Amino acid sequence: MEKKITGKAYVLGDNVDTDQIIPAEHLVYSTSDPEELKKYGHFALSSVPIEGAGLPDGGRPFISGDNYKSQYTIIIGGSNFGCGSSREHAPLALQVAGIKVVIAESYARIFYRNSVDGGFLIPYVSQVKLNDKIKTGDLIEVDLELNKIINHSDKSSYQLFPLGDVFQIVDAGGLFEYARSAGMI
Amino acid sequence: MGMTITEKILAESAKRPSVVPGDNVWLNVDVLMTHDVCGPPTFAIWKKEFGKKAKIWDKKKLVIFPDHYIFTKNIHANRNVEILRQFAADYDLPNYYDLGTDRYKGVCHIALAEEGYNIPGTVLFGTDSHTCTSGAFGMFATGVGNTDAAFILGTGKIWERIPESMRFTFSGKMPSYLTAKDLILQILGDIGTDGATYRAMEFDGEAISSLPMYERMTLTNMAIEAGGMNGIIAVDEVTSKFLGDIGVNDYKTYQSDADAVYHSKYHYDVSKLEPLVAKPHSPDNRDTVRNVQGTKLTKCYIGSCTGGKITDFYYAANLLFGKEVKVTTFIVPASTAVAKQLEEETISGISLKNIFEKAGCIIAKSSCAACLGGPSDTVGRSIDGDVVISTTNRNFPGRMGSKSSQVYLASPLTVAASAINGAITDPRDFL
Ligand code: SF4
Repeated sequence: MEKKITGKAYVLGDNVDTDQIIPAEHLVYSTSDPEELKKYGHFALSSVPIEGAGLPDGGRPFISGDNYKSQYTIIIGGSNFGCGSSREHAPLALQVAGIKVVIAESYARIFYRNSVDGGFLIPYVSQVKLNDKIKTGDLIEVDLELNKIINHSDKSSYQLFPLGDVFQIVDAGGLFEYARSAGMI
Repeated sequence: MGMTITEKILAESAKRPSVVPGDNVWLNVDVLMTHDVCGPPTFAIWKKEFGKKAKIWDKKKLVIFPDHYIFTKNIHANRNVEILRQFAADYDLPNYYDLGTDRYKGVCHIALAEEGYNIPGTVLFGTDSHTCTSGAFGMFATGVGNTDAAFILGTGKIWERIPESMRFTFSGKMPSYLTAKDLILQILGDIGTDGATYRAMEFDGEAISSLPMYERMTLTNMAIEAGGMNGIIAVDEVTSKFLGDIGVNDYKTYQSDADAVYHSKYHYDVSKLEPLVAKPHSPDNRDTVRNVQGTKLTKCYIGSCTGGKITDFYYAANLLFGKEVKVTTFIVPASTAVAKQLEEETISGISLKNIFEKAGCIIAKSSCAACLGGPSDTVGRSIDGDVVISTTNRNFPGRMGSKSSQVYLASPLTVAASAINGAITDPRDFL
């Protein structure tokens, strides 16, 4: 696992549900066909209401034009991130779009599990509310050893809760990799 | 120290004498359920990860229902059903319920109950967040993603963290104008969409005991709307009667101990509760129907695993009997068994189906339909500017189709009363 992840932040509000992350109508695409997979990136976060898309100002699309990659690498969310359906397509879509880390105050259980077990992204829990302190476009460095982030845009830094028990699965790169390394399968 | 019903079932599944909340345990899974949206990626992960060694841990324990995107011209959606069909044929699966045959059942959570897969005391995982519905049968049931499901498919095992439990006790006698939907909307308004995250929600009390199984399933179904890991109701005579009628008699029952430890306990007297709605755009945006009475509607929708069961249609038909709807109203029976019951069950000698037809409703084929929007040709899908009242479970932006539509969630009684007036209406105006 990388020790530091640096990139631009995309900031969202509370209760961003899986229908906003990847609208249900797009769940028909194949996840194993590399070309169709790009559609998940293209439609990632496409149902976030416009006023909440890229806080604090909103109106900043996550994906521009025909792209399937976003210019953003890190999502700063609020509470209950990823609530709603069980679709693993949600963390997958964010991964395809280039997201490596999500930092939120809290997560819905299935989204959290899916992110970890599928090895899609690292779901960190912040110790304080961050989506009113970090702005979309800020340059963020996530230190995975020290469990903290630095906002290079205003030089502030914040502590994150360590990943705890799931660190081993995150570190292995997903549930299957973990189970293989532990000799379970 | 005593254990809750959820802790007892999980301890048994993990083969441990006891568990406490926070323990991470490996569970032995009794049933894995999947459907057309998550089945194909689950099978792809299973094949990729297990490679040549890939073996289904127990074919009898894998249950597959196409139900989400099935009556559509969308080629990608139809391809998904074709993948399920091929997988079932390749591995000679006994529990695949193919579309276009008389084995087709409709919405998975209702079909699980009707087909006898909900066995008290057992552990069921499904690739759908509303898998918690099955908890109405005194069992542990929860949703997982495709990677977890693929892992179960190959091993029959999965890790879980033992949840804390929250207890919701409903005392009193259910008034005629309330349904289970109002009870769960009450809870959601009180605790919010993350009020039970990673916890078990246990329901009990005199009012719960009086509810038929299908109404209990409405409560456990929406546990996930509070972030709950599972919803659960202990087995009683109503449960064993339902199960006995479909030939399920062999199971273990568990009850919470008197000294079990709870995260929190809530108590409600149902005689003091009112018909409720969840306003756009969140299931916890609760208000009384009276407060939003008169809101003009463009569509009414009665369907889904939450509000498309025979009990829901009974409530609605009672109000719609001899009346006409003022706005387009969709009736979507959750399962083919419910669709059949609509033709067989009667009020004053008239079938429920007939009552709905005479009232001017559109009756659709059994499936998830517009509950989750779906492809553009999905029946009942919301369009820009729609104001919908629905018996479904989620009203997040875009959930039923257009993200510039507004969806109110309510009980089947409230939706039926609102259909008659073309505006949100308290069912007490007609009862
Ligand atoms: S009816 Fe709606 S909530 Fe139920 S399984 Fe289908 S899409 Fe999900």
